[in-house]
Order: sequence, then C-alpha cells, then structure tokens
Amino acid sequence: MESEQLFHRGYYRNSYNSITSASSDEELLDGAGVIMDFQTSEDDNLLDGDASIGTHYTMTNGGNINSSTHLLDLLDEPIPGVGTYDDFHTIDWVREKCKDRERHRRINSKKKESAWEMTKSLYDAWSGWLVVTLTGLASGALAGLIDIAADWMTDLKEGICLSALWFNHEQCCWGSNETTFEERDKCPQWKTWAELIIGQAEGPGSYIMNYIMYIFWALSFAFLAVSLVKVFAPYACGSGIPEIKTILSGFIIRGYLGKWTLMIKTITLVLAVASGLSLGKEGPLVHVACCCGNIFSYLFPKYSTNEAKKREVLSAASAAGVSVAFGAPIGGVLFSLEEVSYYFPLKTLWRSFFAALVAAFVLRSINPFGNSRLVLFYVEYHTPWYLFELLPFILLGVFGGLWGAFFIRANIAWCRRRKSTKFGKYPVLEVIIVAAITAVIAFPNPYTRLNTSELIKELFTDCGPLESSSLCDYRNDMNASKIVDDIPDRPAGTGVYSAIWQLCLALIFKIIMTVFTFGIKVPSGLFIPSMAIGAIAGRIVGIAVEQLAYYHHDWFIFKEWCEVGADCITPGLYAMVGAAACLGGVTRMTVSLVVIVFELTGGLEYIVPLMAAVMTSKWVGDAFGREGIYEAHIRLNGYPFLDAKEEFTHTTLAADVMRPRRSDPPLAVLTQDNMTVEDIENLINETSYNGFPVIMSKESQRLVGFALRRDLTIAIESARKKQEGIVGSSRVCFAQHTPSLPAESPRPLKLRSILDMSPFTVTDHTPMEIVVDIFRKLGLRQCLVTHNGIVLGIITKKNILEHLEQLKQHVEPLAPPWHYNKKRYPPSYGPDGKPRPRLHNVQLKPIAEEREETEEEVHLLNSTTL
Amino acid sequence: AVTIFQLTCAHSVTLTLLSSVKNSEDVRCKCICPPYKDHSGHIYNKNVSQKDCDCLHVVEPMPVPGPDVEAYCLRCECKYEERSSVTIKVTIIIYLSILGLLLLYMVYLTLVEPILKSGFLPLQDHQPFANAHDVLARSRSRANVLNKVEYAQQRWKLQVQEQRKSVFDRHVVLS
Repeated sequence: MESEQLFHRGYYRNSYNSITSASSDEELLDGAGVIMDFQTSEDDNLLDGDASIGTHYTMTNGGNINSSTHLLDLLDEPIPGVGTYDDFHTIDWVREKCKDRERHRRINSKKKESAWEMTKSLYDAWSGWLVVTLTGLASGALAGLIDIAADWMTDLKEGICLSALWFNHEQCCWGSNETTFEERDKCPQWKTWAELIIGQAEGPGSYIMNYIMYIFWALSFAFLAVSLVKVFAPYACGSGIPEIKTILSGFIIRGYLGKWTLMIKTITLVLAVASGLSLGKEGPLVHVACCCGNIFSYLFPKYSTNEAKKREVLSAASAAGVSVAFGAPIGGVLFSLEEVSYYFPLKTLWRSFFAALVAAFVLRSINPFGNSRLVLFYVEYHTPWYLFELLPFILLGVFGGLWGAFFIRANIAWCRRRKSTKFGKYPVLEVIIVAAITAVIAFPNPYTRLNTSELIKELFTDCGPLESSSLCDYRNDMNASKIVDDIPDRPAGTGVYSAIWQLCLALIFKIIMTVFTFGIKVPSGLFIPSMAIGAIAGRIVGIAVEQLAYYHHDWFIFKEWCEVGADCITPGLYAMVGAAACLGGVTRMTVSLVVIVFELTGGLEYIVPLMAAVMTSKWVGDAFGREGIYEAHIRLNGYPFLDAKEEFTHTTLAADVMRPRRSDPPLAVLTQDNMTVEDIENLINETSYNGFPVIMSKESQRLVGFALRRDLTIAIESARKKQEGIVGSSRVCFAQHTPSLPAESPRPLKLRSILDMSPFTVTDHTPMEIVVDIFRKLGLRQCLVTHNGIVLGIITKKNILEHLEQLKQHVEPLAPPWHYNKKRYPPSYGPDGKPRPRLHNVQLKPIAEEREETEEEVHLLNSTTL
Repeated sequence: AVTIFQLTCAHSVTLTLLSSVKNSEDVRCKCICPPYKDHSGHIYNKNVSQKDCDCLHVVEPMPVPGPDVEAYCLRCECKYEERSSVTIKVTIIIYLSILGLLLLYMVYLTLVEPILKSGFLPLQDHQPFANAHDVLARSRSRANVLNKVEYAQQRWKLQVQEQRKSVFDRHVVLS
C-alpha cells in the first residue's frame, strides 16, 4: 500500500511545472515527506536564478511520454525498442508505472471519440481480468494433466493395468469386487511386472524381479527427464520459486517463463515425480502457472509492453499455481502475498483471488484423483485437541525449525559445491546416481516405496475402524457394542511397532536424500518432501504420546482428559502439525502455510496448534539463520534481489556507497547540447555502463536528466537509418531548444524523447537506510547522488546489494565514520592540493576529478565473493 | 506459441467437457464394513446411483442375520465416488504423444542432425559455423516458409545454447 502511494506522489510531483509548487504542506504531511526533501533541496531554488535560462522544468518521467513536450520533435513517434530491457537486467518500476499511466490516460482521452475507441478502452479495462482467467484455466488444466500422468507413471514402476493401460493402480481396481478388507489394492486386473515377466506373484523371485523393474523404470524416467531438460530447456530445472521471486522483484531473465520452458517443465515434472526421487510437484507448479501467465500476457498489449504490469499478472499466476498444487485457493493468494510477490497492490490481490478460484474450479472439474478433492492427501477429522497437547506440538515446531536450519545449511553447501567445483559439470550423471541410490534404498521399505503424496495421505489419516494398514494395527480389546466414531486410545500392536521402525528409517532416508535432491537438474519441488519428513516425525510423536497417555493415564497432565476408554490423542493430527512445522522451518512462511494446511484439512479447530507449531519452527529456524531456503538460493546465485524483510541498521551515507569511488576514473556523463553523435558512440563503446547522467555543461555540472545506454544505442541507430543528415559530427541535443549552430554544420539530432528528465536524486548526505528504503519501496533501478545540484555519482541496485553484503561480512566499526560529525561535503581539493575555484556558490570541479560511474550492468553479482 | 495455446486450451476444454460426460462404469458406491463379531471386514462395491448409496442397498448378500443388520450397517461407511475414465485416457494419450514427439525430436537433434551435417552434405556446408545471421540473410533473399521456419529454429537453438551455457557451464542461474 505504501509503495502505491509513493508511486502516485512521485508522479504528481513530476507533473508540476514548477518545483516549488510541489512542496505544499499538504503533501509533506502525508508521511512520505522524506522524498520531497531530497528533490526540492534549497540548492535547486538557489540555482534557478543563474543557470536555468532556456531550461524548462517540464519534468516528465520516463522519456517519451509527455506528448506536449515533444510535439515539435522529429522523434515524435516512439522509437521501437526504446524502453525495453536486456536480458539479466533490472527494470525500473517507477518508469514502467508512469508509462502505464500515460497509456491509460491516452486511451481514456480517446474514449469519447468513437464507438471503436470505446470498445478498445473497454477491452483494455477488462484485459486484466481476461488474462488472469486464461491463466487460471491453463494452470488448472495443466495441473490436472500433471496429476493424472504422474500418478499413472508412478504406478508404472510397479506394474500395469492389463484391462485398460491408461489406468493407474487405484483406478484399475476401481470397480473391482475382488478387493478384500485387508488387501485393498489387489485386484486381478492389475499385474505387477513379476507376474507378467516370470509369471508368479509371490516369492523371492518375484520380489527381485519387481525390485529390478522398479530401479529400471526409476532410472529411465530420471534419465529422460534430465536429458529433455538439457536438450530443450535448461531453465526448466529446479523449483523455480527463487527465480520467480527475483523476477517479480524486477529482474529480467529472458526465456525463463517461455513456451519451451513451460512445455518441458510440464513434461519432465511428471517424469521426475514418477522416478521416485525425493521431490514434489508443488513448487514447479507455481513456475508452470507463471509461464502460463507470461504467455497469455502477450495477447494483451497492456501487459506485453509493460514489465511492471506483467509482474502483476505473474503474482496472480503464482497464486493460481499454489491453489492447484494444494487445493488451497486462499492459501495460494496468501502465498503469493507473503512469499513471492514484491509489489502487491489490492487490485492484484483480487485478481490473484480470481485466478486461484478459476484454477481450482478447473482442477476440481477434472477431478484428477477421483475423490472429488483437489489433492490426494485431503483429510477430514474433527476430533478435539486438548491443551496439554500444545507441548508436543511445540516440540514438533522445534523439530521443524531444526530440520529447516539443517536443510538450508546442508543444501546450500552442497549446491555451492556443485556451482564452484568440477562436480557441477556432470548434471546428467548426478541425476542418474541420485535416482539410482533413491530407488535402491526406497524399494525395500514400504513407506519410502510409496509415492510421497500417498505416504503423506496415509500418515495424515487417522486410525478409524475402517483402516487396515499396519500403522493402525492396534490391539483391539474393545467390546463390540461401542459406537463406531469414537474409538478410545488403544495399546499398540506389533504392526504399529514395526511400522514405527520403518518410519524411523524412512525419516533418516528422506532427510538425507532431500538434501542431495533439491537442486539437481530436473524440476524439483521442496514442499512435498519437507511435509513428508514432518508428517513422519509427527506421526511417530503422535503414537508415542498416545501410548504414553494410554499407559499413564493417571499422570496429572493426562488425568483430566484421558481416562480409560477416552479418545484423546489423534496421531494423524500430529502428522499434520509436524508437516506444517517442517515446511515452515524450510520456507519460513507463516500465515500462508497455516492457511494452506487448514484448507487441506477443513478443520477450523486445528488453527491454534498449527499456528503454535509454525511460529515455533520459525523462531527456532531464525535463531540459526534468518533466511528461508528461497532467499538462501537467491543469495547463492547472486540474483539482484533486495529483500524487503531485512532491516538496514547501519549508519553509512549515500556518499559512501555511490560510484565512482575515490580511486576510480571519472563519472561518464553526457552534456545536454554540445556532444556529437560520434562522441556519444565512442563513450558507449568505451564504457560498459548502462546509463549516463546528462548535465547542463561541463562548466555548470548541473543535472538535466538520465539517459539509458540501451535507449541511446537504439535511438542513434534508428536516427542514422531513418533521418536524413545525421552524420557522426551532428550535435546531439537533449535540451528543449536547439542551440544556435553555425550555418554549415549538419542537422542536430534531438534525443529529448529518450531522456528521463526526472531521475531520482538524493543528496550525498542522505543516510543509506533512507536510500535503501526508497529503492525497496519504489523499486528504483538507479538513483543519482547530487551535491548542490551537481552530479557526484550514482547508486544502483547492485551497489546497494554489494554494500549490504559488505556490511554483513565486516562487522561495522564502533567508531562513527569520518563524515559523522561533518555537516558539509568535505572540502574539495583539486589535484594540485588547492581548493577548487568557486563560482556563484557552485563548486566547480575540474573534469579530471570526476568520478566513475559504476557498472550498473546487473549481470549477476559474482557469488563466489559473497 | 500458437500450438501451445491451442494445446492447453484444447486440453482444458476437452477435459472439462469430458468430465461432464459420465460413463456408466464411472460411478461406484463403495462400502467398507469393519470386522463385526465373527465376521471379518469386507469391502462392497456396486454401481448404483447416489441416492441408493447406503449399506442396505449395496451390501449384498447381507452376512449377518436380520436382527444384527442395523448394528452391522451402522459400522459400515459408504462413499459415493465418480471419476471420468475418458478424461484419464485422453490425458494419458496426450501426455504420451507429446513425450514421444519430444523424444523423437531430441534424438533427431542430438544424433541424426550432426551426422547429416557432417557426413552427407560436405559440399553445401561451406561455413561450418553457419549461424542465425546467415540463415537470416538467406531467408531474406528467398523468402519462403521453409526458410522462415529454419530461421526461427536457428534462433531458438541459439537461445537454448545460451541457456545451457548459463545453467550448466557458468552456473550463474539455477544452481
């Protein structure tokens, strides 16, 4: 909300013609006055008198927008390509928002002209809803496809349905009357591989045959997945959520949300899940949904031309992704808000809500699991919980936090190894080895052999009278006349004890394998394995507490609630709480996680246990390291992501962070009207900076605006092609009025339209905490640092990230920095040691003293130094 | 792009349409009856309509004598379930055919095409490093559909190559 306000005020302010009129009291009052102070510094007013002749303060934000300024310009129509971004660059949110507002205004003003324009404006207004509807439809359908295909392929490892090849195990025995109470999944239609190949269903021979076939299928699925990823779309690997977070914060990764990525991710996700690796499909589903959002946004000019608007669609798409992954529409919206989105206005909230609704509806109508639910592990129970149970719930929370901290450390260490050593050169081999180890160890244990979602389902399900699994093998000494629904706590039978042993082994196996699996080059999500680990731990704790309560029901904590014959402990609930705690420990989500789990169970009464466990796990996890797994991966990869959650507590000033540093070559600047096309081309070729401040002249050094490298290149190239008389010696003019030129000189090139005339500026004494805040809230790409209206340097997002990283590594010195007590900019001395000349209160700096603008090139920060 | 749109759209439309079409085998009423006295637990499965989905209609033959029927049936849990076997069939077929096509194309790209380029057509290929720009130039000179497709394919290949470099070699993203 706050950032939305800031955007607005930034705009209004810039649309005023006079700077002074912007600082009315009313505006200063509404809480964001900090920004005013930077821009309407007194110096500006002082300077107006002497040097602004011929300069009109018509500030436009974002270059080629304000048509009134450019009516007379040759470049009236926008040059194609200006205002777009290169791969691996950050976007300028302020510029994009202004562009959109301008477009909106243009459409609105034309609206009355004709019926056709009216239709166009209506279409424009509705396109936001249309695009999220399409996104929801597509992600729901794709989720259905993935669910059905993954289930079928998972069961293909065991056997095949002879009567109908396309059915999985459960569907194969769906109408069968031969299933028995004890062995519910056996029916004559379903043939295991051993039955088909060697013709016997029981015995050691068939076990070995099934074992071999299981490993064979697992390996071939994994191999297919990784080779498809490698050949067609390398971006389809991994979970995708760290990258989507980065993209939503304003980063461009071309092709990451493209058609091929979508197709390969969908196809290989099924293979990866079916290969039995310790991974889930939930995270990649978010990526799939975002790909849909991105692809559909190309149908609507409102979204295809504007990177900031596109990100609104992507926010909604990620909500739809979680909505179908967990069958939790509201949880999806909250997930988008809490975890992935960077800029989330109310309008996006409603669109996310709608996209989540549409996606869930489509998935529900496909009904992929045949249980009229959106997820396999939907459970429903309404047994009450008691106050003393909060203790084991909090213990589960502690376990979840510890697991999260351990997992993040171990996985990041392993991924760093993969990234920096030779071992990362063999992605295919790595996947094959991990899949082989997983398959070999997983098969003997029935709990790891199961599909992870089914395992979670079994652990969540409470032991009713209808259950026959070994987890529910309690000794039955109840008399037969009791009511069915309320089964008292019972002593565990041998089946339960052996199941606990198997579960313990499965827990260790899952913990180890997940660390090595997350990050291999196939689509791999983290939610399901984390939940499985939590569910296993929770179920073990639940059974332990249950038995404790049964054998010691006279203890004071149990006395009140657990009399003999009362049903007071539900082990399934413990599994659910444990799953939430472990997921919370890994991702550090809170609200959205509780809502997702609550939507999975449909039991309102379990919100408090879930909240207690999730909060505890977050606290415990945060004690060991503040970042969740996604932030940790963002940092590992060095994406330019400015986390809004972290606080900046240091006392550095803008002058300490700005580039050029003292030892660097001077700041590369353009002057407003006395450079030639050749000069600019040389400057562009010699430097690698992504933008250049434009100043009045070398003498006055005062800021006029900011021109981006990409825009300059495109504009000059197109001018050379299309306009006559533009040669290397033509003057380039950023000012409104062309300076008088000698008669024989070539025609000047007017580039005012690509100039951003309202670049954000701060003074050199601005504390960095405020600068960081501005960058976060407005989503700036760069910010100029001025002193008395003179451009001193530039701060980019990358500089800020580097600075944060530096501060994190070196503990800040206790003594205040050198500038702490100084009000003024340090006296500037020329290279010869004498103070510089002054002219009308303006310090003139010799050109040689100018500082270097840093490479704004947001090519990824070199993470090895991080 | 168009094909994928069509595919996803077609898929979602067919799935929603198909799921509304009910096959007669696609409904079941499943009753799970736990052990009762000396009768062991049993599962009953019957193809009946939703209103008939209860123990009395589905459990046949009734294993217990008349007076015990009510007690027995109280313990049974009956669930009415629907599925769409056509949806499942179509989905699996769509999935397998896309997978098959991709595999064929992958085999072509990795095995067949290098052989074609190096072995059989040595004369035509003067420049071994023919890149997208050459293809672009050629497609301009004689603009037909085939060249456009080839150009698009070359451009896509370059993009994938770039992605592969950044993911697998330089490890700058997604590691």
